[in-house]
Amino acid sequence: MLPSSGGQPPNPRTLDTVKHANETPGTEQPWAELGLKQDEYERIREILGRRPTGAELAMYSVMWSEHCSYKSSKVHLRQFGEKAPDNDALLVGIGENAGVVDVGQGYAVTFKVESHNHPSYIEPYQGAATGVGGIVRDILAMGARPVAVMDPLRFGAADHPDTKRVLPGVVAGIGGYGNCLGLPNIGGEVVFDPCYQGNPLVNALCVGVMKHEDIHLAKASGAGNKVILYGARTGGDGIGGVSVLASETFDSTGPSRRPAVQVGDPFQEKLLIECTLEIFREDLVTGIQDLGGAGLSCATSELASAGSGGMRVELDTVPLRDSSLSPEEILMSESQERMCAIVEPGKVDRFLEICEKWDVIATVIGEVTDGDRLEIFWHGDQIVDVPPRTVAHEGPVYQRPYERPSWQDELQADDAGRLPRPGTPEELREQVLKVVASPNQASKSWVTDQYDRFVQGNTVLAQPEDSGMVRVDEETGLGVAVATDGNGRYAKLDPYAGAQLALAESYRNVAAAGATPLAISNCLNFGSPEDPAVMWQFAEATRGLADGCLALGTPVTGGNVSLYNQTGETAIHPTPVVAVLGVIDDVARRTPIGFASEGHLLYLLGDTREELGGSAWSQVIHDHLGGLPPRVDLEREKLLAEILVSASRDGMVDAAHDLSDGGLVQALVESSLRGGKGARVVVPDGLDPFVFLFSESAGRAVVAVPRSEEVRFTDMCGARGLPAARIGVVDGASLEIQGQFSLPLSELRRAHEETIPALLA
Amino acid sequence: MARVVVDVMLKPEILDPQGQAVQRALPRLGFDGISDVRQGKRFELEIDGPVDDAALDRVRKLAETFLANTVIEDFTVKVES
Repeated sequence: MLPSSGGQPPNPRTLDTVKHANETPGTEQPWAELGLKQDEYERIREILGRRPTGAELAMYSVMWSEHCSYKSSKVHLRQFGEKAPDNDALLVGIGENAGVVDVGQGYAVTFKVESHNHPSYIEPYQGAATGVGGIVRDILAMGARPVAVMDPLRFGAADHPDTKRVLPGVVAGIGGYGNCLGLPNIGGEVVFDPCYQGNPLVNALCVGVMKHEDIHLAKASGAGNKVILYGARTGGDGIGGVSVLASETFDSTGPSRRPAVQVGDPFQEKLLIECTLEIFREDLVTGIQDLGGAGLSCATSELASAGSGGMRVELDTVPLRDSSLSPEEILMSESQERMCAIVEPGKVDRFLEICEKWDVIATVIGEVTDGDRLEIFWHGDQIVDVPPRTVAHEGPVYQRPYERPSWQDELQADDAGRLPRPGTPEELREQVLKVVASPNQASKSWVTDQYDRFVQGNTVLAQPEDSGMVRVDEETGLGVAVATDGNGRYAKLDPYAGAQLALAESYRNVAAAGATPLAISNCLNFGSPEDPAVMWQFAEATRGLADGCLALGTPVTGGNVSLYNQTGETAIHPTPVVAVLGVIDDVARRTPIGFASEGHLLYLLGDTREELGGSAWSQVIHDHLGGLPPRVDLEREKLLAEILVSASRDGMVDAAHDLSDGGLVQALVESSLRGGKGARVVVPDGLDPFVFLFSESAGRAVVAVPRSEEVRFTDMCGARGLPAARIGVVDGASLEIQGQFSLPLSELRRAHEETIPALLA
Repeated sequence: MARVVVDVMLKPEILDPQGQAVQRALPRLGFDGISDVRQGKRFELEIDGPVDDAALDRVRKLAETFLANTVIEDFTVKVES
């Protein structure tokens, strides 16, 4: 399948050099097997004015794959830049390895969420582990020390046998890799839905911290500067992973086509982190890039393209794990734990010295030239001669046709309001228990307990809190909070609103913990872009997200698109996952979710409407998905966030929990179980108890207010126009909905905490 | 009773961090001349009854589904006398 004699030792007679390509224009090339379309292949020939060599074809094919080139999504992603809100906090925007945000006191934070969906389906442990490794290197490449990771995960039905294969492997892989690196895993999500059967979503997020002056960018400039490849040796792993794995739909026969899976080595990565940070401290690099998808093809072409353009690489100097690799394979290999740096000649010795100290292999593989071509040589023969921009940044761009699917109206007309509701308090009680015990609403501690959440000693909040929070500065208590959210059910009903609801929930989660939301990263998981219905979902979701970010004043700093998440004709629910990053001046002022003090008053903030479309209740009780998702009001979300942050800063609230899937009752149960105290709750006049408990209206939170702060708090809400209804008091050892039912915490705990271990342990 | 041995090794193109760690330790301990180490797993199965083709097929089946992760590992089955 490889363009030349893959697996053979270098042989000048079969080596496809630039000269050879010029002489043999008619040679048949395996562009189709490499995932290129005919017109793309012809464009390569046009760019080069000849047929590409095998090595060039390998580079173009991986870099022009959907995964690397964003060729289907680019035209829509532009909105994130065009509609970017004015925000002084954004130091580095979209396009670099990750965006960088100013969090004050001279600190900057970089964060990004990426997908590793397809590899994790084929080999759950290694797929998920290398997903963590990849995003950590992205953060490192910006100049930051990685300080925390998070993983939003989605699987098929919780009781499906394949979920039992995939989930434990994914969780062990995330835990294994992250724990070995000594990075706390501070949150994320675990969601089950049959639509992810065969297409699990394994997204990975990393947060890194640096000082402003430490920001590093991925560009190669300065003729004569050396290109240094350092980290692990290059082997045959993941070859073609990008083009074949991430850019094609799995056929219904399952994982039959199995390219070599990447295997990670977290201890090597840890060395790479410490080595790289020491190199940064001594200011030894002018440009740096991690090696991820598309390996050296990506790193060399992107570095050269972002710089002045010229680079010369001696490919045979790359240290190999397997000496029989062909040049094409070396260029495409996705071996983990590698980085590429541009270093001034005078600093090379010191660079290599530091690498040696950390036991990291480092090799000068080339240099920056003053030309504008990327030239790659193999034992003296030229095998690549390309303008790097055409590989890295000027790939194909598609205006894929999109069309609102014909079934959308019918889906939206199938209102959840018509579903039979509990008729008696006993029935309501039973349904509450059923919902909080359902796999999606149940406690995920069986998963998160397998991660080290507190290593490094800076974790302030972690799952099951609303957001993860880490301390950045020990002296001042400055900290950052991150939450990730997505709701594929809402997005299926209305992709525009669904994307905004994911944004709003994540934003709300950060604010509920007491942090001010600053910026977002996103991971857009969708089906095949070749299906106009999927493309419409994508277009609507990106439009919604861009509009939402503009309204909330939180710019998109970067992210990732994962397409082709579908088996046969069936796509996953459109699943935009949004990560919001916030800053808190002093983590001692954070707000946890747990009800910990008896007598504190419970206030419900925001408006509760009858909104059941896409709700947890409709899924658990009726296995129903239809109607419209909750209404979005971003002005209200902003106001709510301001109130939550002020209340946290001024010590007016003791606990706060955002309301989202599962509604008020889910939040009450989680907060009660977390804090170990029950609650007595009164249904407000004029509200149906069932709607009160299960509606998923957005823009809401429940807070516990100490009696001494009640007047101050309600005055603040009143003055700023945020509805705040007193609904009860923290009390006792049960959750009592007056006039309806009472549920002892012990019974709730069993229901909430036994589900996941019973299914998966 | 006969013994069937299943050897499971990572596929040659797959990174073997444990083997590498062993290989790196060797020169430090004074053992020179070893250029590569690959580490695997060995299973010894005691078989009831005769080791005929049917029994070996069963072993291969269990090795493929349980002992080896064939996405990243290869295995061999041999009878030990």
